[in-house]
Amino acid sequence: MGYFDVNNITVAFGGVRALNDVSFSVNQNEIFTIIGPNGAGKSTLFNVISRIYQPNNGNVVFDGKNVLNLKAHQISQVGIARTFQNLELFENATVLQNLLLGRHIYKKSSFLSDMFFLNHVKKSEREQRLKVEEIIDFLDLQHYRDTPIHGLPYGVRKNVELARALSTDPKLLLLDEPSSGLTNEETIDLGFWIKDIKNLLNITVVMIEHDMSFVNKVSDRILALNYGQVLAEGLPEEIQSNAEVKKAYMGE
Amino acid sequence: MRFIFKTNYDQDINIVRHNGDRISYGLLVAAMIIIPFFIDDFYLGELSYVFILAIAGIGLMILSGYTGLASLGHAAFLGVGAYTHAFLLTNGIPFYYSIIIAVVVSFFVGAAIGFPILRLTGMYLAIATLAFGFIAEHIFIRWEHFTGGNRGMVVPTPEFGGISFYDSATFYYVCLISLIASMFAAINILRSPTGRAFVAIRDSEIAAQSLGVNIARYKALSFAISAGFTGLAGALLAHYIGYLAPDIFNIFFSLTLLLLIVVGGMGSLHGTIYGAIFVGSLPQMIAIGRDYLPSSIGSQPGLEPLLFGLILVLFILYEPLGIYGRWLKIKLFFEMFPTYKKQTFKKQKTFTKSDRV
Ligand SMILES: Nc1ncnc2c1ncn2[C@@H]1O[C@H](COP(=O)(O)OP(=O)(O)OP(=O)(O)O)[C@@H](O)[C@H]1O
Ligand SMILES: [Mg+2]
Repeated sequence: MGYFDVNNITVAFGGVRALNDVSFSVNQNEIFTIIGPNGAGKSTLFNVISRIYQPNNGNVVFDGKNVLNLKAHQISQVGIARTFQNLELFENATVLQNLLLGRHIYKKSSFLSDMFFLNHVKKSEREQRLKVEEIIDFLDLQHYRDTPIHGLPYGVRKNVELARALSTDPKLLLLDEPSSGLTNEETIDLGFWIKDIKNLLNITVVMIEHDMSFVNKVSDRILALNYGQVLAEGLPEEIQSNAEVKKAYMGE
Repeated sequence: MRFIFKTNYDQDINIVRHNGDRISYGLLVAAMIIIPFFIDDFYLGELSYVFILAIAGIGLMILSGYTGLASLGHAAFLGVGAYTHAFLLTNGIPFYYSIIIAVVVSFFVGAAIGFPILRLTGMYLAIATLAFGFIAEHIFIRWEHFTGGNRGMVVPTPEFGGISFYDSATFYYVCLISLIASMFAAINILRSPTGRAFVAIRDSEIAAQSLGVNIARYKALSFAISAGFTGLAGALLAHYIGYLAPDIFNIFFSLTLLLLIVVGGMGSLHGTIYGAIFVGSLPQMIAIGRDYLPSSIGSQPGLEPLLFGLILVLFILYEPLGIYGRWLKIKLFFEMFPTYKKQTFKKQKTFTKSDRV
């Protein structure tokens, strides 16, 4: 058993089998990348892990805990954070407020003490802010603190989503296509950040990616999916030379 | 333009951001305190009514403007607050306890209604709250022991150290204090984790959930808090009217509250004040307008609801940010002059969001 295990997951939408008996195992402190053509079932897998979709079969174990026994809002409490392929930011809130929501699971006050803004609420607000500032410095977001999300360029929004996930202080980070829509320079920065997330913050990263040169640069191991099935799993150089994978990507 | 240099995190946490604001809000409150010495009882009563509307507006604003949940039956909570308060006063409970109990009862009724109803979204939620409004009105009619049914119910007039509530200045101050307290409570909720969770639910339920926000719980909480504020407004309204009858708390009153927050500006507490002033003075303006209309139109009975509906639609179409949004634009125009760009307030749509998660 590894640190994060996905065992025999099957998901069917009506007649469509988005995932079919998918299993893999991620080690602590590695960057594990999932690749595959459009519609392969990659995002569906993330949605199973974050308890948005209920699988027909299989289980998910993280750090000894059975994830499928949890409710969607309890996932972040066991240390799993994620980003979304199509950005799910709080559009009308500022960057700072978005990141502070990443600290929601550390909230200790009841709504009554919030309503009177008692001293311990204020104290906790300062502490959460301090933590969020670390993330802001880490991802260079200093200029955007007070900007509402709807006024930000796309690249910065993606960065804010990553920052928001990091604000929860996760042990496992799920990134759904973090480089899509970024410029070349932004992608290079992202590569460094993801490596730092692993090496400096000791967070295990599972990411979905399409950009193969980026994938090969940052990944420790790769899993290839196609039509909901595992095609191959291995080190970047193994996947690069795998005949099945090549065939799936060339469309035969 | 004013640039604020921040040197301390508390500047983002505190209610007032800088001294300018402190002075202008201070002056406003001071003016409100001395006003009873300058205007006559009729206008004092009108002003008290505007304050009551504003408190109810704060309630609905938290639910709709900040949590993104519609309610077309909020007058029911005005009723719950009003009847509870009047019933307790009739049975000899002192004013202070009575009004607090009225708020608490409204809060729990809100929570009880909120839990089942809030599984619904959008149109279905709107219809369910509408139905709730009708049902509540019927309960007010049928539960005669508690409400006096269609015969109505006299609201007792408490005294403060020998000064009767009928004294309009006394009532005015009670309303003013209630409004200020409500404003502070609402601001505190919104600047704390609870309020942030509301906003998160409004903007993206799926992301809120992934960050640990228990959606069902916070929606019900928002509904309950909203009902609590509205119940407070209801209790004060009972004194303003003096005599409770079930049809006061009808769908038209619910729509009035909706009009209030839309006209004032969705998602802003300032907006509740602007909206309350607008909605509070609208019947007067309509009455004046009637005199100038040909009598065939002016004497039609359905004129008010029609106009309310029309204004609601026009605001949603042409001024979605409400009066407060318009004011911000005007303010910015002067601050930026002559470099104001029309695009400043246009929402950028840099990418299209697909339905898939
Ligand atoms: N909620 C849903 N209802 C029905 N079908 C769905 C749903 N979500 C995903 N699917 C289907 O499941 C399959 C896998 O979708 P998924 O989003 O997981 O693909 P993906 O690998 O993330 O692709 P992409 O690279 O385009 O993001 C697709 O055929 C998709 O249409
Ligand atoms: Mg996807």
